[in-house]
Parts: sequence; structure tokens; C-alpha cells
Amino acid sequence: MRGRTKRVPNNLDALFLIPSAAITLQTAAGFTPTGQGAVCYRSAAGAAFAQTQDEMTSLIADDPEAPEVEVSRDDFGFTWLVVSGDPDNLADLCTDLHAVNTSLEAQGFDAGMLCSMVTFTAPGGRAVGLVYLYKSGTFYAFAPTGPHQRDNLTEISVRDHLAAELPMEPDLQKWLALWNAPGL
Amino acid sequence: MAHSRFIKDAGLTARMTLVMFLLGALFVALVVGLMVFVGGDNPGIVILIGVAGIGVAFYQWWSSDKLAMKAMRAREVTPEEAPELHGMIDRLCALADMPKPRVGIADMDLPNAFATGRSPDRSVVCVTTGILQLLDAEELEAVLAHELSHVAHRDVLVMTLASSAGILAGMLTRGAQFGGLSRGRNSGGFPAVIIALVVSLVVYAVSFILLRLLSRYRELCADRSGAYLTMKPQALASALTKISGGAGAIPQKDLRANSAVNSLFIVPAVAGISMKTLTATHPSLEQRLEQLARIQAELSRPMG
Repeated sequence: MRGRTKRVPNNLDALFLIPSAAITLQTAAGFTPTGQGAVCYRSAAGAAFAQTQDEMTSLIADDPEAPEVEVSRDDFGFTWLVVSGDPDNLADLCTDLHAVNTSLEAQGFDAGMLCSMVTFTAPGGRAVGLVYLYKSGTFYAFAPTGPHQRDNLTEISVRDHLAAELPMEPDLQKWLALWNAPGL
Repeated sequence: MAHSRFIKDAGLTARMTLVMFLLGALFVALVVGLMVFVGGDNPGIVILIGVAGIGVAFYQWWSSDKLAMKAMRAREVTPEEAPELHGMIDRLCALADMPKPRVGIADMDLPNAFATGRSPDRSVVCVTTGILQLLDAEELEAVLAHELSHVAHRDVLVMTLASSAGILAGMLTRGAQFGGLSRGRNSGGFPAVIIALVVSLVVYAVSFILLRLLSRYRELCADRSGAYLTMKPQALASALTKISGGAGAIPQKDLRANSAVNSLFIVPAVAGISMKTLTATHPSLEQRLEQLARIQAELSRPMG
């Protein structure tokens, strides 16, 4: 099902723009990357999906630098594949996230892909997620401040900082709240 | 995108297109027929009735969200009032890349859910308190995905357009009964009133059957898209089974455990076309479960 008749061309390569965006965020707003990233998707029932997911986790875990990979489920029935890597090497993290996205896509599970997220620490110590919406191919920031509260001002300022580098989501309605996302 | 697991059901699409075409042809036939038979004498009244009929259909479509909410005594809920429900719909909308509809809850024990509205931007998804109690989170999500696909496919618009021939025919039947059509100059032969009455009745009957057929196809379509969206055909299957109260479903209990008397009552297997299958707005549970089982098989098929 597609709410839109015409599909926005999705460009996963946008994920590779995150490392340079992170530098901008660090200089402009003092955000530091935590080295953690995650891909959120819908796991399908059946053998095919289990196999794909196993392959993805072993692919990342077999990396000689060996970042930690963890699979968890949230309250809404979505699966989060969390990759914890080196905070100073976001490029590798983004390569891993890109690999997860492309292998899900290649196996025909693109319909169930929700978003990818890279987490940062704001100067106050709060966590902020830079979220890539798979279906619209755009980014936005998610800054939770409480169980069901978010810091809209920080989110908007992140959008303004990164507007020149990343395709930011113009429709504020689509800035999906991701309460209890791993790493936030 | 290398390849998608979402396989289009060409047969279903073809059947649906055929039914829509027949309904359109019926509408044209009705208008032309009336112009030829009745309109010759007194075109003004026919056009008036036609405009009124279309007006009714248009009003129903335009304010469908408000009308349905009122009919179900539903109230709109904010994200603060129903965080889980809103969270589920938020995520499903992000998955389907569609605008988020408003969310309503109706205080009703009957387990039910519906979606309506004139466009995806102005639509409402409503659930009853009964369904919230009956289903678990996964099943509720499957039902919401089914309703959202009605919204995305603009089913309210499709059904309104499809029913306009029927509405028009119904109004003409009324008009003819009261003799409002071309009273006076009847130059021999069949009185125009009788012809209009018969034509309208036939059109009404045929459009009634076709509409129900179309409605069943749209339901199957929504089941498909909903199941592909949540990737969990099993959840929708168990939700449908729960909502229908298990009637006609695969029994959950071992029949041998039942008492001796019960085993005498065997539900006769209904085959072929009956009055029930012709007039139902929803496909039978069996049909829906069969389709979901096919989707399940498709989703779990390993690829390269």
C-alpha cells in the first residue's frame, strides 16, 4: 500500500552524508556522536526473513573491527538492529547501516522498512537521534526529553543546521516520535 | 529496489476493473435510456432528479467523515488520550508514506473499526472500545493497517461513485411512483411513467448486486495491502477470526471433546452462489483466510 501514487525515488546513499553532517553538528551545536546507530524495520513471519536477518548480523559482526550488533523488539512490534561502533569513525557505522538497508531491500522486504537512526549526545547530556525515513528518503532529528515529550526547538535547529547538507523532511507531521528507541 | 515481495493480484484487479466498468456502463445506460424514453416529453424533471441524485451522493462523500463519526457516536481522541493507538497509526503511516488520518474511538461493545473521509488528507480512522478490548496489540495493528489501506485507496470515493447509478435509479423510482415524470402528454403506447419505473428498478437491482461485489473485492484488496504493510498476515487472520466470533472458522476446539449431542449438528458446507454470498458486503472469512495464507507463503519464500 502506498499513500502516494508516485514513489519518491529513494536514495540510500544519503546515509553516507551523515559523517560530514555530524561534523557540522559538532561545530555548530556541540553534538557529539555516540557511535551507535540502528535500523528499524518490520520483521516478516517465516524462514526467508529469519535467514536474511541472520546474514545481516553475521555480516556486520564478522567485520575485523567487530562492532557490537544487537537485535531488539519494541512495543510496537518493530525490530531494531543496533550497531555500536567507534564514535570517531562514523563512516564505518554508516557503511554498516547502509549494508543492512540494502540487504533488506535486496530480499524484497523494502515494504517493511521504517527508518535508520544515528544517535548523538547534546551538550546537556541528552540524546538526540538523527533519523532517516526510509519511505520518503529524508532526515529529521528526534530529541526526546521525557517519556512522551520532545524538544521541538532542538529538532528544528538541527534541521536548519543540516538543511544545506542533507535532504531534511519538510513536512513536520512526518517527524515520527520514536519513544524508547534503543540508544535514546 | 531489486524486487518486491508485493505481488499484484492481477485476477483481483481485473475483476474489480470489470465490475467498475459495468457499473459505469449501467449509469450511462440509465441516463441515455431516460433521455430517450422520458426526456423527450419533459426533460426538465429528469435533469432535476438527476442533479438531486448526484447531489445526495456528493454530500455523502464530502461529509463522510462527520456523518460516519456521528452515526457511530464516536469522538476524536488526541495523542495524549490514546498514545498507543496514535503511536501505532503514526508508524503505519510512516511505513505507507501517507498523511496521518484523525483517530476516533466509539463507545461500543461491538468489535468494529472503520475508516472514512473524502480524501487521504481528510479522513478519520475509528475503532470501538469493543475491538480495543478484544484484540491484542498485534491484531489491532493489522486491523488498523486494513483500514488505512481503505484510506490510501480512496475507497469512500470509489464506492460513492459506484453507487451513484443506484442512488439515481432509486430516486427515479420514487419520482415515477408519485407520477412526477411527464404527467399529461402520453401519446399512446406505454406510459412513460411505467417505463421509467421498470428501468429504474432493474438498474437499481443490478447496481445493488454489482456494488456488493465491488465492496467484497475492495475488502480483499485492503486485506492484502494491510497484510503486506504489517508483514504479519497471521495477525490479521486471527483478528478477523476473533471479530467474526469464530463462526465459519477452523474450529479451535477438538470436536471429539464435545458432547455426543453436539456432534450431531454438522454445519452444512455451503457451496456455489447463494443469496447470502450475492448480497454480502464483505467476503466470507474462509475466502479472506485463504488469501492471507497465500500472502504468508509468499512472504516466507526464500529468495536468491
